[in-house]
Amino acid sequence: MTPRTVEGVQGEERDDLTKEESRALRRRSLRLLGSLLHPLRWQVVLTMLVIVVSTAGRVAGPALIALGINEGLPALVDEQDWMPIALIVAAYLVTGAIGAVLIAWYQVLAARVSQAILIDLRKRVFLHTQRLSLEFHESYTSGKIIARQTSDLDSIRELLDAGLNNLVQGLLYMVFTAVALVLLDPVSGLVLAVALVPLAALTRWFQVRSQKLYRATRVASARLIVQFVETMTGIRAVQAFRKEKRNEREFAQLTEDYRYANTKVIQLFGTYDPGLVLIGNMTVAAVLLVGGFRVIDGALAVGSLLAIVLYARRFFDPAEEMAEVYNSYQSASAALEKISGVLEERPSVPDPIKPVDLWKAKGHVRFDEVEFAYTSGRVVLPGFTLDIPAGQTIALVGSTGAGKSTLAKLIARFYDPSDGRVTLDGVDLRDLHPKDLRRAIVMVTQEAYLFSGTVAENIALGKPDATQQEIVAAAKAVGAHEFIAALPDGYDTDVNKRGGRVSAGQRQLVSFARAFLADPAVLILDEATASLDIPSERLVQEALQTLLADRTAVIIAHRLSTVAIADRVLVMEHGRIVEDGSPAELIGGEGRFAQLHAAWRDSLV
Amino acid sequence: MTSRTRENKKLSTARTLMRVYPFAKSARNRIILGGVSALLAGVVALAIPLVLQWIVDGPMRSGDVSRLWPAVLIVLALGVAEAVFIALRRLFVLTPSTHIEADMRNAFYRKLQDLPVAFHDRWQSGQLLSRVISDLSLIRRYIAFGIVLLVVNIVTIVIGTAVLFYWHPLLGVVFLVSCIPVWIYGYVFEQRYSKVARLSQDQQGDLATAVEESVHGIRVLKAFGRGKFSLQKFAKQAETLRGTEIEKAKAIAGIWLWLLLVPDIAFALCLLGGVWLAAADQLTVGQLFAFFATAAILRWPIESIGFLLSMTFLTRTAIDRFFEVMDTENTVTDPENPVSLGTREGRLVFEDVHFRYQDSPAQFPDLLDGIRLEIEPGETMALVGLTGSGKSTLTALTTRLYDVTGGRITLDGVDIRDMTREELRTHIAMAFEDATLFSASVRDNVLLGRPGLEGEEAQRVLDEALDIAQAGFARELPDGLDTLIGEEGLSLSGGQRQRLALARAVAANPAVLVLDDPLSALDVDTEALVEAALRRVLTTTTALIVAHRPSTVTLADRVALLENGRITAVGRHSELLATNEHYRYVLSSLEDEEARERRESEREERQLSRDAERTVGR
Ligand SMILES: Nc1ncnc2c1ncn2[C@@H]1O[C@H](COP(=O)(O)OP(=O)(O)OP(=O)(O)O)[C@@H](O)[C@H]1O
Ligand SMILES: Nc1ncnc2c1ncn2[C@@H]1O[C@H](COP(=O)(O)OP(=O)(O)OP(=O)(O)O)[C@@H](O)[C@H]1O
Ligand SMILES: [Mg+2]
Ligand SMILES: [Mg+2]
Repeated sequence: MTPRTVEGVQGEERDDLTKEESRALRRRSLRLLGSLLHPLRWQVVLTMLVIVVSTAGRVAGPALIALGINEGLPALVDEQDWMPIALIVAAYLVTGAIGAVLIAWYQVLAARVSQAILIDLRKRVFLHTQRLSLEFHESYTSGKIIARQTSDLDSIRELLDAGLNNLVQGLLYMVFTAVALVLLDPVSGLVLAVALVPLAALTRWFQVRSQKLYRATRVASARLIVQFVETMTGIRAVQAFRKEKRNEREFAQLTEDYRYANTKVIQLFGTYDPGLVLIGNMTVAAVLLVGGFRVIDGALAVGSLLAIVLYARRFFDPAEEMAEVYNSYQSASAALEKISGVLEERPSVPDPIKPVDLWKAKGHVRFDEVEFAYTSGRVVLPGFTLDIPAGQTIALVGSTGAGKSTLAKLIARFYDPSDGRVTLDGVDLRDLHPKDLRRAIVMVTQEAYLFSGTVAENIALGKPDATQQEIVAAAKAVGAHEFIAALPDGYDTDVNKRGGRVSAGQRQLVSFARAFLADPAVLILDEATASLDIPSERLVQEALQTLLADRTAVIIAHRLSTVAIADRVLVMEHGRIVEDGSPAELIGGEGRFAQLHAAWRDSLV
Repeated sequence: MTSRTRENKKLSTARTLMRVYPFAKSARNRIILGGVSALLAGVVALAIPLVLQWIVDGPMRSGDVSRLWPAVLIVLALGVAEAVFIALRRLFVLTPSTHIEADMRNAFYRKLQDLPVAFHDRWQSGQLLSRVISDLSLIRRYIAFGIVLLVVNIVTIVIGTAVLFYWHPLLGVVFLVSCIPVWIYGYVFEQRYSKVARLSQDQQGDLATAVEESVHGIRVLKAFGRGKFSLQKFAKQAETLRGTEIEKAKAIAGIWLWLLLVPDIAFALCLLGGVWLAAADQLTVGQLFAFFATAAILRWPIESIGFLLSMTFLTRTAIDRFFEVMDTENTVTDPENPVSLGTREGRLVFEDVHFRYQDSPAQFPDLLDGIRLEIEPGETMALVGLTGSGKSTLTALTTRLYDVTGGRITLDGVDIRDMTREELRTHIAMAFEDATLFSASVRDNVLLGRPGLEGEEAQRVLDEALDIAQAGFARELPDGLDTLIGEEGLSLSGGQRQRLALARAVAANPAVLVLDDPLSALDVDTEALVEAALRRVLTTTTALIVAHRPSTVTLADRVALLENGRITAVGRHSELLATNEHYRYVLSSLEDEEARERRESEREERQLSRDAERTVGR
């Protein structure tokens, strides 16, 4: 397994990996690559086959030309016999044509393979990031995930696109050429073998040096993306607070870091590549020398020498491309390291191994000796027990930062308690089938997030197979229908990114309609009406009264008007539930809630 | 919406490529030197066969071993020279190309920050991201070796063909003529390939957008358990991209076919012709030898044309996409001769302000349809209206996040469009309804609007702002005020974020504070505390406060009611409440409250009587 120090996304930005860590990362990415290639193995085999045959065809070329000069020419000169040369030319044409057609076919085959790998990887990363818990997302920024899915995947694609082609083709070409050379003239084959020694040394040097540098480029590009995404997401605040100049400086620094990391890599390659050419050309000279003497001695035909020199030269032809491949391999493997890291992360809120089904939830929620801390050492909710009978509507109030949202998120299993358990109808949420859990419990979060897409699509998120009627009915129920109908394209209006096309209150109404449509047994509303005007809020409350009649609900609100529809009020302070009772009881008492309620009453007109 | 607003007139590929020139100007000489090096490398490579011919026809025929040595040495020297020239090419071109990329990237970022919010409303961030990362690195690689190789290879082919002519004109002609179909196909290829290339780049941008949304909206997706569902949508998009990529591969396969086939045919014909010529003694064996050696060297440049062309067209679309953004005209710009406010008082006046969003259908009236409102220096004005009535829009106009489409807004008598945006935004500070914090310390977030401040003064401003916004909790965070917050830092509760955003606006020490529903996430007690503290600040600062609750409204000296795009009433809260029907409707929860109390007391009575019954029954 991967050492702890580099497990998952840990140590992702470090550049001082030990040998062992580095090897572990390489193994991890190779495992990933293997698992990606496995389902495609027959396609890969076919692709290889095509390329083997086509390369063989192309390698035959010089041999045929040599044959033409050695056999065809004398036959023509001596016997006026056109036959041999005609045959040779025909053979040349046929092999050439087959080679060309196969290579064209190969292009398409290879694209199929590489695209299949990419789409597999894309989906895996996407699904996995969805599966990872909020805890992960809170420390691993969205920008980094985007970087993994864009620039990292780009470099893998580069390898697959150009790489696979050139690698297989180039490698085979070199092998075939070498074989042809050895067959033609073993002595020259020996020369070539000697040339392989410096070639290997140079490659090893490049590999060791480039690995570290490529990691640095991945880190630098992710940082760049993070900064870019953050700026674009908060562009209003950036402009309103004149952060442009400061951002520009920061971004320029990140760009420079990225540029520098890139230049380092390129410079390394700038030595590697001419080095290969040098080795190639020296080999040609050596072959020429060795062959030349033998031609003069009459031990070798001139035509053969031509073929030998052509082969020797051609042997190194793909070397440059192969170097490019190797280069993109290094880049892609750095990317694979990062991606495999994300994939290695285990969700801290894992799916149950033996899920318990709960077809029809009644909605009885219970906190059993629950304690919770986001980060160990900073307990947000000290140990408590709370029982919410099925069908009860609870109002959760308290000062900001008291832990209301946190408690709600525990019910929705955004997090698991640090200690104790939360149960639904007696089943620990950790054992509940995720599907049943999500069907039974729905939370409308404090931030009303809309996805780009139409209003209807956004509402339908609550129930993907909802009909248009159901969507409209849900919108009507929460009082959103009117404004939606007034939009340029009604329900088909695009709400733009993050729902920027509609106002804050309208966004809340849409998220509300979404929850309404989902029709869960337990509904959690986290300040779902905070941005609404009073008339809309009133409408929502009315809708709630019918909606909540037979289900469990937890309503968090600072406007105590909500309390009107609650059966029970919980008051939270500093993570503790300090009061618990029916609204009338608490208002009548002298506690915190009575005081809050009085203050709120005073604030009304 | 995926913005694919293409330039109406399509520039030729060469002209498009030239658009990068301003960024590449400083590196021009080095690029040319790089090209020359590449060319020399090509020429040297072509010279090697000349020597070979000389060896075959000279020493080998004569059997003169002493002449073989120098010849081989020449071949060796040429080989070394080739490697050196290749190294030089890289040396000359690579570093400048990375600088060009970096310059373009910075320019792009600068432009995006400068473009108004309306632009960002329209553009998916994934589209922008794919431009700033993938497209620019493609352009860099093209400059680094694409264009150099393309030029050099074409020149090599031309020179090489000339050399072929030198060996024998007939063979040269055969070779040249057989290459014509390649050029014709190249044109067809451009048409076909450019289209799919563009499509694929756009689809990649869409995919990036989908990824971004799936992470930003992760809470919603989790709350509804829609991870799998969004995967399906994502997978569909990814499939579309795959289809496009395969189309691309087919186009490339087409050109490869030609580029491989044609030289082969040419070779075959030349072999036939060459042997015949040699048989007829028109050509020595050495010449035939050299002819093929030369042709072999030409093979690679010819084949490379395939991917160089596809790279050219890819780069072309990348440049198109880059300039699509760079060419966007900024509608919210600084004036040529900006006016500066001398002493600032903070009188904010809306004079018949009209505004409509860019995509609003023509038959719709303006969203803001003649706003007239005067806010006196030091006055606090509350803005009240129904959801979607345009309150946030109105506040966004004051700092020119959007520009009015009619009328004008003045600050101390100066049209806000006559000031630089920089200055305007020092005078007016905003708190948005969604509290965006940046990945930075609490300190940096709160002092965002005061970049110059340092030392004790900064601490004083910071403390004061935190106190006013009741954001003292920040001091108890793990690292106190230096705790990193925002996306890369600690997550805060909704109310905590809102208070920091409020502190940020207050700390900016503006002449006018514009607060969009600043207390919505606060509990009643905290709200009262913030209000009390704000009141102190607001005696000297002009303020425009969007409010949904009576409690917030009481903070204001006067209230303006926004209704159907106009300010239909301005006055004191109690006045309006008494006189204005719509105002009562928007703001009063009293009737509601009374009704509820009636219900409650009824319920209690029922309960009592039931209890009584039970007692009696017992
Ligand atoms: N993801 C998180 N990681 C670490 N700490 C957190 C996280 N979310 C909230 N906290 C902290 O936990 C405490 C409780 O936060 P919570 O969001 O539950 O408050 P809340 O009662 O909902 O407040 P509000 O009314 O402002 O929304 C706060 O001090 C907050 O800073
Ligand atoms: N970027 C946009 N493009 C097009 N229309 C928009 C855009 N932003 C808002 N709108 C529309 O303009 C109207 C006013 O929006 P605005 O956000 O100003 O409302 P608001 O008064 O602030 O409402 P709320 O009280 O809900 O915040 C709404 O109907 C909304 O649909
Ligand atoms: Mg909360
Ligand atoms: Mg608003």
